[in-house]
Amino acid sequence: MHSHTKTSNVDRLKETPMTNHLNRRMALARSAQVALMLGGLGLLPRTALAAYPTAAFEAKTIPDLMKALGAGAPVESKDVTVTAPDIAENGAVVPVGASTSLPGAKRLLLLVEKNPSMLSAAFDVNEFVEPSFTTRVKMGQSSNVLAVALMADGRVLYAQKEVKVTLGGCGG
Amino acid sequence: MPDPMRIRAQAAGDKTTVRVLMSHEMETGLRKDPAGKTIPAWFIQEVTAQLNGKPVLTAEWGPSVSKNPFLQFIVKGAKAGDKIAVTWRDNRGETRTDEATVS
Repeated sequence: MHSHTKTSNVDRLKETPMTNHLNRRMALARSAQVALMLGGLGLLPRTALAAYPTAAFEAKTIPDLMKALGAGAPVESKDVTVTAPDIAENGAVVPVGASTSLPGAKRLLLLVEKNPSMLSAAFDVNEFVEPSFTTRVKMGQSSNVLAVALMADGRVLYAQKEVKVTLGGCGG
Repeated sequence: MPDPMRIRAQAAGDKTTVRVLMSHEMETGLRKDPAGKTIPAWFIQEVTAQLNGKPVLTAEWGPSVSKNPFLQFIVKGAKAGDKIAVTWRDNRGETRTDEATVS
């Protein structure tokens, strides 16, 4: 949207019959800005689109999800923690968290078993962040909430907790 | 232009807790408007964070994250005065970056 207005400015400058040195210099400076902005815009979607795992976010069951992520069958583990309330009065805003005490986690996932699509959020773990994330999700109905840790050695560990929802959060 | 995020980054020893509150509708694509027409999905797909320009967090989100999303994560090795920048990008390709200073 910004780049649009900028480009049209440049065009206008170029077309003015009064164009002189000054205007041309301004136009050049502007187009350099535009090129920079476009470059930035062009870069972002390319990396992001390649990374966004659409299939995983459309998976309806745990086996489907694991297949989409290229991971094996999950095993329950005490070293993975899911934080969620026992009862959520408002399903539109349910605070949930995933964390693990194990080193070597590659990714942490938050799933809501009975949502139309299970996967809510996936976090990449690296050496700069703790494997512990909290966010808020929508829940359509009472369901198990799962925290899944994909380990660097290929293991898939999970923890689950049942959350009772008094008022569904998907707005009918 | 989307509204700015609210970001707080608080250092405690080696660990810095970052709390982000974003402003976004997060439409699932499953709801219908009063006329019975499906409201198209519109949600944040990718969230990234940088510490002094170095990428520290990448997350992918689905539409089931709540409206006006909240995110908390813990960055290692940041100290007071460092800059934490958070960027999101939604499924319409819109993006926003905001920055906060670690305190």
